[in-house]
Amino acid sequence: MRIIFGFLSGLVFGIGLVISGMSNPAKVINFLDVFGTWDPSLAFVMGGATLVTFIGYRIVLQRDHPILMTDFQLPLSTAVDKPLLMGAALFGVGWGIGGFCPGPAWTALPLMATGTLAFLPAMLIGFLIGQPIKNMMTK
Amino acid sequence: MLPSVITEFTPWASLLGGVLIGISAVMVMVLFGRIAGITGVTTGALSLIIPSQTKAADWDWRIAFIAGLIIAPLLVSLFTGDIQQTVSDNVLGMALAGLLVGIGTTIGSGCTSGHGVCGLARLSTRSLAAVATFMLFAAATVFLLRHVWS
Repeated sequence: MRIIFGFLSGLVFGIGLVISGMSNPAKVINFLDVFGTWDPSLAFVMGGATLVTFIGYRIVLQRDHPILMTDFQLPLSTAVDKPLLMGAALFGVGWGIGGFCPGPAWTALPLMATGTLAFLPAMLIGFLIGQPIKNMMTK
Repeated sequence: MLPSVITEFTPWASLLGGVLIGISAVMVMVLFGRIAGITGVTTGALSLIIPSQTKAADWDWRIAFIAGLIIAPLLVSLFTGDIQQTVSDNVLGMALAGLLVGIGTTIGSGCTSGHGVCGLARLSTRSLAAVATFMLFAAATVFLLRHVWS
């Protein structure tokens, strides 16, 4: 059950990324290029997604526990600290260079563009080396 | 770094796509009780193949979720014929970008989905600070690459 519904959730997410244009780096970079070939479409992606999630969470989180797991696990940290801001800054630079954030990098994989095949493995390596750096920063 | 190509303004398609992303985020919460952050989902799935890491207990749905992400464009292309995508073919630049995205989202505990969609929907100030920071740095990077150094 967890595998079937995990797959379906990912499928809906991925279809959303593709239909919205978020999976096209040219569109992402144009969204970020306010002083150039600006394309504000992605504001509608973020707006639509956040609004639906805002309403949905308020309904769903009234349950005692999720359907397929024993408990809700929500982030407890509220601190706006150095790792958060430094990490977000590094992510922003990488996002600006490549036009991919993690979700779209996965949905781009079957299209097998050269740039995707360079980006995705580097991102996975980044996840692995980021962990010890984060541990060092939060110690 | 990506040469300027004009992309069409697509408010309705983007809104519809965004609604689907939101529905998926709500599905992940009601089914699994987790934030639908692709960084966290991927890291949990990666823990399966990296022997030094403690395995996430719920790696099963995470791997399946990623499989769904990968199948999605194939399914969409059955209906639309092709998928519009322009990716830079500068291998070194893209590898550097991937590395920065991987390290940055790990240190910063989230990306566009975790902080952007789910965090903002929870009205988290921490996520709002992260989103403002990565948007600012991303826009500044594009500005430098396209309008200053080119």
